[in-house]
Amino acid sequence: MSYIAKPKVSHPGMPRNKLGLTSRDYEGTVSTLCAGCGHDSITAAIIQAVFELGVEPHMLAKMSGIGCSSKTPAYFVSQAHGFNSVHGRMPSVTTGASAANRDLLYIGVSGDGDSLSIGIGQFVHAIRRNVNMCYVIENNGVYGLTKGQFSASADIGSKPKKGEANNQEPIDPVSTALSLGATYIARSFSGDKEQLIPLLKGALMHRGFALVDIVSPCVTFNDHEGSTKSYAHTRQFYHHVIDMDYVPPAEEIKAAYAKGDAMPIEMHDGSTIVFRKVDQDYDLTSRASAFKYLRERFHAGEISTGLLYLDESRAEMHELMGNIDTPLSQLPFEGLNPGNAELKKLQKGYR
Amino acid sequence: MANVNDVVIKIATVNGTGSASANGLLMKSIFRMGVPVVGKNYFPSNIQGLPTWYEIRVTGAGYQSRSNRVDVMVAMNAQTYTRDMADVSPGGWLIYDSTWPRSQTLNREDISVIGIPFSRLCNESFEGARARILMKNVAYVGAVAALLDIDLKVVTALLEETFAAKAHLVESNVQAIRLGYDFARENVTCPLPMHIEAMDATSNCVIMDGNTAAGLGCMYAGATVGAWYPITPSTSLMDAFRKFCSRYRVDPKTGKNTYCVIQAEDELAAIGMVLGAAWNGARSFTPTSGPGISLMSEFIGYAYYAEIPTVIFDVQRTGPSTGMPTRTQQCDILSCAYASHGDTKHVLLFPANPAECFYMAPIAFDMAERLQTPVMVLSDLDIGMNDWMIPELQWDDSYVPDRGKVLTAQQLEEMDRFYRYLDVDGDGIPYRSLPGVHPKGAYFTRGSGHTKLGAYTEDSAAYQDVVDRLLVKWETARAILPKADIRYSKLNKAGIITIGSGDGACIEALDRLAMQNIRLNYCRIKSFPFGNDVSEFIKQHDVVYVVEQNRDAQLRTLLVNDIEADQTKLVPLLHYNGMPINSGFVVDRVLTEVAKGRAA
Repeated sequence: MSYIAKPKVSHPGMPRNKLGLTSRDYEGTVSTLCAGCGHDSITAAIIQAVFELGVEPHMLAKMSGIGCSSKTPAYFVSQAHGFNSVHGRMPSVTTGASAANRDLLYIGVSGDGDSLSIGIGQFVHAIRRNVNMCYVIENNGVYGLTKGQFSASADIGSKPKKGEANNQEPIDPVSTALSLGATYIARSFSGDKEQLIPLLKGALMHRGFALVDIVSPCVTFNDHEGSTKSYAHTRQFYHHVIDMDYVPPAEEIKAAYAKGDAMPIEMHDGSTIVFRKVDQDYDLTSRASAFKYLRERFHAGEISTGLLYLDESRAEMHELMGNIDTPLSQLPFEGLNPGNAELKKLQKGYR
Repeated sequence: MANVNDVVIKIATVNGTGSASANGLLMKSIFRMGVPVVGKNYFPSNIQGLPTWYEIRVTGAGYQSRSNRVDVMVAMNAQTYTRDMADVSPGGWLIYDSTWPRSQTLNREDISVIGIPFSRLCNESFEGARARILMKNVAYVGAVAALLDIDLKVVTALLEETFAAKAHLVESNVQAIRLGYDFARENVTCPLPMHIEAMDATSNCVIMDGNTAAGLGCMYAGATVGAWYPITPSTSLMDAFRKFCSRYRVDPKTGKNTYCVIQAEDELAAIGMVLGAAWNGARSFTPTSGPGISLMSEFIGYAYYAEIPTVIFDVQRTGPSTGMPTRTQQCDILSCAYASHGDTKHVLLFPANPAECFYMAPIAFDMAERLQTPVMVLSDLDIGMNDWMIPELQWDDSYVPDRGKVLTAQQLEEMDRFYRYLDVDGDGIPYRSLPGVHPKGAYFTRGSGHTKLGAYTEDSAAYQDVVDRLLVKWETARAILPKADIRYSKLNKAGIITIGSGDGACIEALDRLAMQNIRLNYCRIKSFPFGNDVSEFIKQHDVVYVVEQNRDAQLRTLLVNDIEADQTKLVPLLHYNGMPINSGFVVDRVLTEVAKGRAA
């Protein structure tokens, strides 16, 4: 939500994507978040992801609710429309936007405060409908804009800057999404760009609801000793379960992966996701075993990251509803109105 | 009371027994005899087992509101028998099921009682408990047909149409009709002095409820996205939209839908979906009722400030809180006019009957897109859920939707820079761009303070500049919204103002008052903000009776607030018991005021 214009400086030697654009073309205004905020790293990862995918900037729609996280769509892709809605209501606005125009690429940026309290109803129902969107939760365990109250994702025993430690069960977006039938579920850490960028690319290209829950430390209110969402704690306890690469449709899968180690899964648009299991026991296509694994690791104090669940077979909202391929907002009026003669005919049933 | 075609029939039954179809059959038969009818359904907030009433006013004069008389009471519900008997107007008739004895204490000298053993007749003729209950209701239609001289051929033809696919049902229904009909003919002098004679006053009319008409109107207006959460009494509006769309909005080539109806998880989500779809350029809407408006208020304020076209149908029911969900009122006027925190005010439309629900649907979308703001259509339960006789609906095939100031890709390409909230034309309405059209059209839609260039601001002057410009837009709205229906009887100093479903009762009251030589001028408001025609009407009169259906004179408050109407002139006539207003109420209250020395 910055009103500071950012000078566009791009080096002639900067890499260009398939549209001939540089990553600078995907930037937004200057961030007004605190220096060191995890959210800014996520913004940078989003910029890199859409740049590498070669997304046409104006075909992206940036959706958000209220909170520090929800400000960030102003900080990337200035040439895309943004909708900074009301608290916890980003999912419904995105659902309606998608209903009207299924051709756009939707990225919703939310936080743990926005999605897991006031917004949890809309969050779970967007999953249930399988809205075709990338849903990012920038998860720091606190309310930043109101100065550091715990959010619903705060872990038991996590200490605030002032006052008592949290003693309520946290709501985990990943296990919530698993239980509700989300079709692409990932978790990452704002400080792990190498992991995050491919996860975001896969989420943007996935057909259906893709959740990327990202631990994103709040440097001002939740980065102290005793906090379970601090940089130090996350670095110590986070753990790659699965690594992945996103390979666009046109490119061949590089031979870098040893056989038996890498596992490709084709996505609906012809692109491929290549996995490398760090933990050989993990099965990312089984909701039940993923749930069991993640809960066990959670109770052991570990933060499991990577692409944790994927189902490319399920239909998204428009397919489930049998909607026409053309965006509804672009249908000419003539085809929508049956005319006066038909009106006369149908009213025979009302006599 | 030897009146022809001036009869009020009231039927008391238990809900969930199939009486609704029997009552519909009775009303439509009279309508098909060419005689105007008014139907009112008084039903409980319940699925089965509670008392329900249906009132059919046969009105050769073609009045639109209910009457406060009951000439023929069909008392089929033992639970409410005492009360139903008390409701019969002096000189009227009461029909009851004489299968069981009636307590002698329940008698009135001033009415006639007709006993017909409906249960016994049906038990003898039909097998099975369910069939016997259903057929008992059809049998009373037969009895009423005999008593009021309703053409049995018309009734039978209707049954044949209704059950075209199920011939055996026609047979049993006709049999049940005959049971009631023959018994009445054999035991009572038929027809009664007050009865029905064929006319030719309904040939260009249909019978339709307002929610069906509104759903049809949305389909004709080109709405493509509807999001909603079920709430009485608005639910049947989306049901109707979906029904019409499933018939007319399936692409013949692909078999796929050219509409999208989403049942939201709640009203908070329903309105969010409407905003998202409208932001993306679709005509989108949501139907709801008062409690839904409360829940939607935050987003309504957002749509006002971020300037997103939004269409909401509020089918009002009795408040406050949960109130009486199956009773009518006009109690959301103020909550809709000023929905949401901060300085907000919203465009309202007030249909008076189902026909206007249809015609106001495209107007609502046109106004929302022209003005880039929420437009709320304030119907109510009486209009929305009751069957009204209306002139057959017409559609103007030359209609072109007004999509407002939406920039095309080419216009954006040719622009130096696009600013979302700049008042280029001086009418307070800025230009819009839609996502996905052109990179130059991109802007950040926000509910936080913004400048006229669309940037975030906390600067006092820049903030004020935008909210002041919204007032310019408000005046533009005032000038282009539908004008009031104003009727002068003669040059005098007293008038009536009303809105929505108050129309029928007031029009009839004007006639009845004229018979007593009290001639009032009339102004039925169709929109808010109020036009100059309304201001002028109030200025021209010494006394204006403001007839509305709520306790707190909300319309009157709005008149004082919006156009600084002289409140000493505005006499509130308030009907708020949950039943539809009737002309008797208006006549009585005006006469009381006149007796107190008010001008007439």
